[in-house]
Amino acid sequence: MEQVIVTVLLGFLAATAVAVIRIKNLFAIVMLFGVYSLLCASVFLIMDAGDVAFTEAAVGAGITTVLMLSTVALTGSAIRIDKGSDKRNKLMPLALVTLTGLALVWGTLDIPPYSDPAAPVHQHVAPRYIEDSPQEIGIPNMVASVLASYRGFDTLGEVAVVFTAGLGVLMLLGRKKRKDQNKS
Amino acid sequence: MDWLLKDWFSHYNYWIAIFLMMIGFYTVISRGNMVKQIVGLNIFQTSVFILYISLGNVAGGSAPIVREGITLFSNPLPHVLILTAIVVGVATSALGLALIVRIKEAYGTIEEDEIREVDRMRESVEIHIEDALQDKTLHEDTPR
Repeated sequence: MEQVIVTVLLGFLAATAVAVIRIKNLFAIVMLFGVYSLLCASVFLIMDAGDVAFTEAAVGAGITTVLMLSTVALTGSAIRIDKGSDKRNKLMPLALVTLTGLALVWGTLDIPPYSDPAAPVHQHVAPRYIEDSPQEIGIPNMVASVLASYRGFDTLGEVAVVFTAGLGVLMLLGRKKRKDQNKS
Repeated sequence: MDWLLKDWFSHYNYWIAIFLMMIGFYTVISRGNMVKQIVGLNIFQTSVFILYISLGNVAGGSAPIVREGITLFSNPLPHVLILTAIVVGVATSALGLALIVRIKEAYGTIEEDEIREVDRMRESVEIHIEDALQDKTLHEDTPR
């Protein structure tokens, strides 16, 4: 049953992604991307990744969509419609993408089947967190204890990345305002 | 045939992830509109998330939170990695979108080829100005 729901949702995801590259209006593209992120969050929830689903719904479907909408509001939502002459330019990317995709599919044939409990991923490291972390850290959510305690330094690095990105955005967009203030 | 059907269902998630990844890749390399490229980049990222979460799933398992009566859990490690990746992904998108806003202010367009054209025009104008200035200084140097 679970697998049926995942299959259908992943089908929806693929359809939404195809629609995103075909549509010519940026506002519609951004709204479709919001739908895509929410579908993604549902897939994660069904695949037992509750924390990831929350984050994807809040950050992917929420913040990213709002950021994209404000960018579209500042830059205009019309995409210039391509003339027929650059059809040849599209053949090359299509061939490249098909080749890469086929190579990757060939690579997946060695991956153990989906949700196989005997897969190598589940044999090492993870069992220790599953068995010992509730006693060692004292909270029932293993994802939280790995994120904030065992891998706390990684999370600190992540905070540094987000801080740098925020600083970059401020420096890029804050400059113009100051110039305006000087003028007036 | 039987083998194909079995393989199809056991690898369906991975193949959808690859399909989404290739759609994102195609959008990034073939479309000239920059907001669309950022959307493509985000689709590419999400496909990786789906791949990781699929790898971490265990048949009959449950979300990795200790409760009474639950003994089989999904692998918590991919979840942790992807949590970090989602937040870093939104940080990079925000930076890219801010750059797009600045590019729109500086060039008046967010289409890649139009930006290249504006650059070429500006370059040729600059060369003209330089030539004109050089001519002027040459004329000034020569005694009248």
